[in-house]
Amino acid sequence: MTQPIAPAGANAWILGTRKGAWPLRRPADGGKDWRLEEPWFFGCQVHHLVQDPRGAGTMLAAVRTGHLGPTVYRSTDGGRNWKEAGRPPAFRKKEEYASSSLAADDQRRQGLTVDHVFFLSPGHASQPGVWYAGTSPVGLFKSEDDGVTWSGVPGFNDCAALAQWCYNFAPGTPEGPKCHSVQVDPANPKRIMLALSGGGVFLSEDQGASWRPVNGGVAMDFAPPREDGSEYEFGHDPHDVVIHPANPRCWYHQNHCGIYRLDWKHGAREARWRRIGDNMPKDVGDIGFPMTCHPKDDKACWVVPMDGGTVWPRTSVAGKPAVYRTRDGGESWQRLDRGLPPRAWYTVLRQAMAHDGGEPLGLAFGTTSGDLWWSGDEGDSWSNLARALPRITSVTAARLG
Amino acid sequence: MPSVRVRVAALLHSYTGGAAVIEVESGTAAEVMAALDRRFPGLAFRVIDEQGQVRPHMKIFLGEEMLRDLRTPVPPGSEIFIVGSLSGG
Repeated sequence: MTQPIAPAGANAWILGTRKGAWPLRRPADGGKDWRLEEPWFFGCQVHHLVQDPRGAGTMLAAVRTGHLGPTVYRSTDGGRNWKEAGRPPAFRKKEEYASSSLAADDQRRQGLTVDHVFFLSPGHASQPGVWYAGTSPVGLFKSEDDGVTWSGVPGFNDCAALAQWCYNFAPGTPEGPKCHSVQVDPANPKRIMLALSGGGVFLSEDQGASWRPVNGGVAMDFAPPREDGSEYEFGHDPHDVVIHPANPRCWYHQNHCGIYRLDWKHGAREARWRRIGDNMPKDVGDIGFPMTCHPKDDKACWVVPMDGGTVWPRTSVAGKPAVYRTRDGGESWQRLDRGLPPRAWYTVLRQAMAHDGGEPLGLAFGTTSGDLWWSGDEGDSWSNLARALPRITSVTAARLG
Repeated sequence: MPSVRVRVAALLHSYTGGAAVIEVESGTAAEVMAALDRRFPGLAFRVIDEQGQVRPHMKIFLGEEMLRDLRTPVPPGSEIFIVGSLSGG
């Protein structure tokens, strides 16, 4: 899930695609005729487009064209006008690492270049104007002026251990390694979580100055078991991780190797993930990309299983699309496929599912085949709102004027 | 001041206010890009990345010759082309 808290009064879905971003506006009269508006950033890849649920509702967009490289645009009027960031996220020059303690083969010594900004996240409610951005190759950037200028977070980007955590920035994920799921703990602005694909889940308790892995209990089927039987501390492949907005001690996690939940005990420094995906039907499994949590109910969340067998097709399991919901924290799961096509082989990417914060909660997911599916009843039934768009990479809720 | 002409492809016109041909002071290719960026903030970063390399799908030509080294002098009166490269498909 890309947006744990939706903007209040959300009245549109914003679809980030391979060829631009499309606003899809809810009819003012509450009717069924959602309106697909003209695209923003037409022709450009939009990895993520997020409206700030705090304050005035600034919108930021992570945009890349095939030729011109990555940047961030911002709008302060609900998408009517967009202006490029004055200083987009960019890594340090390689010369700045010349006298560092990084290993000789550390890729940062060769000079990293941001390929694309992948993830955008508003900061803590007490820090208006602060945003975070995760990039590919993996990097964490921060803006303190509402997205106008961006700087690397040195405690992360310059951390010597980062090269070990993320396989020395090597491409392992389709379209490159990613830093994603960046979230500030709503209960503690010093506590920041992020995820690396691949690399694992990491936590800072000092506003990004230092980081440590939080991967205990998570499977890593793509690595050989250690001879001493111990777990890998890092190197995992989280697909989507959520700090529950209403209960920040509860984290949910859709991983390359299953669905997990972690419950932090008060004051604990360590905690282990529990594989709640074991409770999914065995013939469906617990592989997928998005993890979407109810913003008020810490026991309710939604996942979209995909085929993670054989050569990893990443499409609907058995060609039968379905969303699965739990209302008891992962102890049991319910199949939700009413209204979805009986046969289809699409993929729902990690940033392509969202909720609207409403009551009942509205949900939407976009597919790699360019369709947008919506549920106004918390997933019990689904309707198609848009077809034949470019590959959908991101879905978020927004309040448009 | 001696100047050079810079032709920019359509994919950069949103930065130049639609201008396809711009005159800036001569210098090295890097200095020409810096001069362009002073007039059209943000343009240079779309062509040259943070490590000082021309982005993989962009090309800078001096006359008919593709520039690989941005330290190359661009003589007064010459012409530079900034284009998106053919990247397949």
